[in-house]
Amino acid sequence: MSVTTLGSAPAYAPGRSRPGGRAYWGALMLAPYLLVFLGLVLYPVAYGLYLGLDTQSYRKLFQDPIFYRTAVNTILFLTIAVNLKLAIALALSGFFVVDRAWVRVLLVLFILPWAVPSIPTILSFRVMLNPENGMINQQLFRLFGIFDGPPWLTDPRLAFASAIMVHIWKSLPFWTLILVTGRLAIAKDLYEAASVDGASRWQQFRHITWPSLANLYLTSTILSMIWTLGDFNSVYLLTGGGPADQTQVLATLGIRYMRNNSLDLGIASIIVAMPLVLPLVFVMVKRLSKGGEA
Amino acid sequence: MIRRLDEAKLILIALPVMLWTLLPIYHLFVLSISPQDAVLAGDLWPARPTLQNFALVFGQKHYYLTNFWRQLANSFVIAVATGVLTLVVATCAAFAISRLRVRAGRTIMNMALATYLIPAAFLAIPMYKGMGNYGLLNTRTALVLAMIALASPYAIWVLKQASDKLPRELDEAAMMDGATPLQLFRLVYLPLMKPSLVAIGIYALLLAWNEYLYAFLLLSSEREVPLAVGLGLFLGADDAPWNLLMATGLIYAVPPAAIYYVFRKHMVSGITAGAVKS
Repeated sequence: MSVTTLGSAPAYAPGRSRPGGRAYWGALMLAPYLLVFLGLVLYPVAYGLYLGLDTQSYRKLFQDPIFYRTAVNTILFLTIAVNLKLAIALALSGFFVVDRAWVRVLLVLFILPWAVPSIPTILSFRVMLNPENGMINQQLFRLFGIFDGPPWLTDPRLAFASAIMVHIWKSLPFWTLILVTGRLAIAKDLYEAASVDGASRWQQFRHITWPSLANLYLTSTILSMIWTLGDFNSVYLLTGGGPADQTQVLATLGIRYMRNNSLDLGIASIIVAMPLVLPLVFVMVKRLSKGGEA
Repeated sequence: MIRRLDEAKLILIALPVMLWTLLPIYHLFVLSISPQDAVLAGDLWPARPTLQNFALVFGQKHYYLTNFWRQLANSFVIAVATGVLTLVVATCAAFAISRLRVRAGRTIMNMALATYLIPAAFLAIPMYKGMGNYGLLNTRTALVLAMIALASPYAIWVLKQASDKLPRELDEAAMMDGATPLQLFRLVYLPLMKPSLVAIGIYALLLAWNEYLYAFLLLSSEREVPLAVGLGLFLGADDAPWNLLMATGLIYAVPPAAIYYVFRKHMVSGITAGAVKS
């Protein structure tokens, strides 16, 4: 930057909306995103809410037994998948921070489920878990002589459990990585001092690791709840919501209604989910925007 | 001795974890090299491994594969368009909010964050109706627009955080020299933001390449859909050629996985930075 322009007047005064000014350029550069937001988010959502004003569709929705099954499934899916996944991730993050070269190599392999697109891998699960000729049941028979392997995808309960399993398989690496990052941020000398004082592994976890990770763990739980609520692929591609619509969740039910030409029910099922979704989103926006301002 | 014992314990943890992680991917690979008559055998390794399936896929020699190259090209075009356009939209917005400090910048950031957090599966039906009203259904444009709408909120958030870290003095010095905001953007901001821009471009590109739900809702003709939906079409029949599906799936999965690994260091940093801090 040269000094030749030193004598010239300031190119723009802050806060003025005249051409070439700061506010003018600010508005201009924000315009593309505002257009995207208004045209592709706000307008569709407002239109959806307008379609959702018809009280008749809620009456129909609440009369549909599949909706009840789906509501219960969604709660079960959230409770089991989120807590199981994060508990395992917390434990595994303890394994992956161990300072060994081969552990670092394993971590690279461990994130494969997250790195690989989910469509081929979920379809691989689907074929692998086929009760008659999938690899799992065939091998159960050959290795252990189990003639009738579990009906992984044809029994409603097992199919639902399998969908949870696939969901955890896919997202476990991500949360493990997050908690690994959290653990690595803890000062090493805390542990050194503790082991000098003769603290056991459990005491170190209880008094050093957990207090440092608790807030991150809570953020992860909320974020994971939101993402798990929206997991369409694990259920749709593995079970298709079947058998007999017994494994639908809210993320797949709306699409099912829409495909059956009951758009009103689809919209209603989404609006009914909002009292669950919006508080989580609200809490998370507050947490994230606070983090961003720091 | 104690170290040996520790090592044994670690291996005891590592084995089941790796089995769990790799089994479905291994199964995908095994089926992709299995001949048609071995598909239903459930073997751990095919008796006669073959690359024939890949030849069939590349030659489009099956009913489900008639549009393979076309769908692969669709995936590519949609992903690249989403990556580039998201980058343009998000970089401009982040610059306006973080450096030019537009009014209501904070409100817009929070709106974007809320859009990012509301599960995409719940926005799908309104988006479908909206695209219908715009007359864009069954065009790749519709999918690209939808993906920009889904990708840009996170992109803006990450870029704004990165941009907040650049020293204010830089802008002031440039202004003193008489730089316009546009010059500041082009000559100072963009070069400094390069690493974050690469990461965000890759993020949007992968998001679009991997998307299934929006692709199958917004596009219906087999010549317009990306390969992700092409894979789903195999589910239409019970006696589907799973080996061909897995071979196609492998071809579809390798490019994004490779890109992810190359840029891995940048990919998680955004979300962890936000999450760890709060």
